[in-house]
Amino acid sequence: METPLLTLTDRGLYCPPGDFYIDPWRRVERAVITHGHGDHARSGMGHYWTATPGVPLLRKRLGGYSPVEGLAYGEPRAFGPVTVSLHPAGHILGSAQVRVAYGGEVWVVTGDFKREADPTCAPFESVPCDVLITEATFAYPVYQWPDPSQVIREIYDWWQACAAEGRAALLYTYALGKAQRILAGLADYSTTPVWLHGAMEGLTQIYRDAGVCMIPTTPVSAQARSDAGAGRLILAPPSAAGSKWAKRFRGAETGFASGWMQIRGTRRRKGYDVGFVLSDHADWPGLIRTIEDSGARRVLATHGYTDALLAYLKDRGIDAAALATPYGEEEA
Amino acid sequence: MNAFAALLSKLEQVRSTRRKLALLRAYFTAAPSGDAAWALHLLTGRRPRRVVSGPELRRWLGEATGLPAEVIEATYAHVGDLAETVALVLGSEKTAHAPAQEGLQSLLEDLIEPLRGAPAPVRQATISALWARYPRQTRLWLNKLLTGGLRVGVGEGLTLRALGEAFGLDPDVLQHRWMTPSPPSAAAFRALVDPQGATLSWAAPYPFCLAQGLKSEALPEDPEALLAEWKWDGVRCQLVRREGQTALWSRGRERLEDRFPELLESAQALDDGTVLDGELLVWEGDHPGSFADLARRLQRKRATPALLRSLPCRFLAYDLLELDGIDLRARPLSTRRARLEALLANAVGTLHLSPALHATSWPALRTLRQGARAQGAEGLMLKRRSAPYAQGRKSDCWWKWKLDPETVDAILLYAQPGHGRRANLYTDFTFAVWDGANLVPLAKAYSGLDEPTLERLDRWIRKNTTERFGPVRAVTPTLVFELAFDSAHAAPRRKAGLALRFPRIHRWREDLAAEDADQLALVKARVLPHG
Repeated sequence: METPLLTLTDRGLYCPPGDFYIDPWRRVERAVITHGHGDHARSGMGHYWTATPGVPLLRKRLGGYSPVEGLAYGEPRAFGPVTVSLHPAGHILGSAQVRVAYGGEVWVVTGDFKREADPTCAPFESVPCDVLITEATFAYPVYQWPDPSQVIREIYDWWQACAAEGRAALLYTYALGKAQRILAGLADYSTTPVWLHGAMEGLTQIYRDAGVCMIPTTPVSAQARSDAGAGRLILAPPSAAGSKWAKRFRGAETGFASGWMQIRGTRRRKGYDVGFVLSDHADWPGLIRTIEDSGARRVLATHGYTDALLAYLKDRGIDAAALATPYGEEEA
Repeated sequence: MNAFAALLSKLEQVRSTRRKLALLRAYFTAAPSGDAAWALHLLTGRRPRRVVSGPELRRWLGEATGLPAEVIEATYAHVGDLAETVALVLGSEKTAHAPAQEGLQSLLEDLIEPLRGAPAPVRQATISALWARYPRQTRLWLNKLLTGGLRVGVGEGLTLRALGEAFGLDPDVLQHRWMTPSPPSAAAFRALVDPQGATLSWAAPYPFCLAQGLKSEALPEDPEALLAEWKWDGVRCQLVRREGQTALWSRGRERLEDRFPELLESAQALDDGTVLDGELLVWEGDHPGSFADLARRLQRKRATPALLRSLPCRFLAYDLLELDGIDLRARPLSTRRARLEALLANAVGTLHLSPALHATSWPALRTLRQGARAQGAEGLMLKRRSAPYAQGRKSDCWWKWKLDPETVDAILLYAQPGHGRRANLYTDFTFAVWDGANLVPLAKAYSGLDEPTLERLDRWIRKNTTERFGPVRAVTPTLVFELAFDSAHAAPRRKAGLALRFPRIHRWREDLAAEDADQLALVKARVLPHG
């Protein structure tokens, strides 16, 4: 009771009785990784555990020889007296919540998660616990996601409208997870190959190897340099916006797929022609539902924007506090 | 309402003029005349006064959703736009709503207008029902209408251009008809766009000729071909005398004659069929008064005798658009000016001639311009003598050549989020200068910084907030900015004792520390007019 089961240190979230860290940001011996995004999976750890479907992604990020061990969803693993198991988080391929049980007490770390349907990964599973450490990326009630299949339809319609005008449709999206989710959704609409930025090729191949069905893709690097991509849908990470790479697509319309596109000010300020509200994180109803489903008596929120969520939970008589972590600094 | 809301959302998303025009054309062509009339009214910047306050909206949102006030406040602070916060928090279209049938006109006239002055429970019931009936996109613009906060990023010019294109009208003809406003109605809209032509009222003014800014490095032509005048800091007006009546129009299509009985009286001496273009100014002895004084006259719908005595006004005419009922706009300025000078060789009561200035070279013009402040003017106007009276700003007929602005180094004190594109970004700032060891607020400014700088400043503000008052944040007073402004005048009711005209941010002085900012006493000595 006096020492919490998980505690925040300058290296990351630490479990003293089990002597392991969850998504540490500085060198540690034993690291349990929720998923393969750069702000959660960092290199240099002694040993890694992650959900089995996420192993290839983690290896790609860390290098082929990294000591990564896969755990099947739900498979218990003992860390000394502590039992750890991983459960689907629905965020990206291989993403997991971490369940930590010790001395009759259960803590769950959600990592990044969402409740919406996503054909590229196992759906979120609710795990009862005493203490829930939840992400809070979009923890304001203005974030209520539209039906993702509707958003995919909007993306397809936009692509077709650009094509009708003889333009390229250049869609910026996070390279791991969001891109593949869009490619999988578009498989229902078209078999015309989508052009991929180099940063997305290897990651997309890993999804194909995992059996995720997606629209055909072809690398931008395989196209003639003079081809400005008229009529094509081109996917690229946001970091490519405004770069020399993007300049070749003359007359392209630009789009951005992100939960942040929900807000007009952000949408207009980012300077893209269109915004699509598509997120791999939980929206406000998703966060509240997850907290309620867990039955947790105490909730700790990570990822910065926690003021509204904490006020809401306190109003509901749930003990809640913020945890300062550096997560969410990479993802748009 | 859904169609109008869709138009506003799309207008916000497209950037090219061509696409904006296409969207506006499509709307005007498809909309029923009554809806189009209101849309035109709103798109050209006229806003109905609010029927609901911000705090009411937040409270009703809390009651509609069961969310605690603290959650709503935090969310509003995150979004920076209350209408949008309410529209989004109420939930997505997943919660089914009944089909919404109201057109824009019916919504505004039948549902919203009766709410004016209605008790809170009545307004809450109607507004909550509207919220439930409309999807999120429509709710956003509906809330903007309710709070009086609707701003659309298309100007009057673009809207009228689209309207002209949609109905195949000559833009000059449409502009001329447009100058006489009428309350939005289906009949008025049909008259405005009637291809057969409409009868204009006796009071109808002409579209104003507007000046372009003169870049001193790109001087237009031989100074001998130009007429120079003082650029007055008053209100641009047209004085129309027809059928024994007088109308005084501002550029914003407002009738002002009732506020200026001294002009009405003088105008009786003019013949029917006379239209003057000129500047309305407060006049003290041989000098124009400040714009602030003129604003005091403008605020009063009917001037009191005391106000008429203390702030007498004058109309300085610089163009003649109609004489003996004949439209002179196609004649060259030299001809119009000669007739104007003949008409007003001797002042007619409060109607005076704005003097023509004599300079035969650019150096001489520059010298003249330097003397503008001593004349109570903002700079020079240069007008091509051979030019007709053109419509709008498109022509190269008139140029304004303002004095270089004054500047002051001031400290950032408060920040407030912007609107529209800049909602949830801190863009509206209050700046202070030193009064001894204390800081006194001097001016508000919200333009002049580029987007990356604004974003950087936004992050700094969030990290250096000392106090919050609603959407306003007080920050640690350490950042210094150079503010530019056109002029200053004494303002006894302000803490600083002076007010700046058109303050804007020139640059972020990252090289200066707070103690390097200006002292109030020195600012006053430098910028306040003497005597």
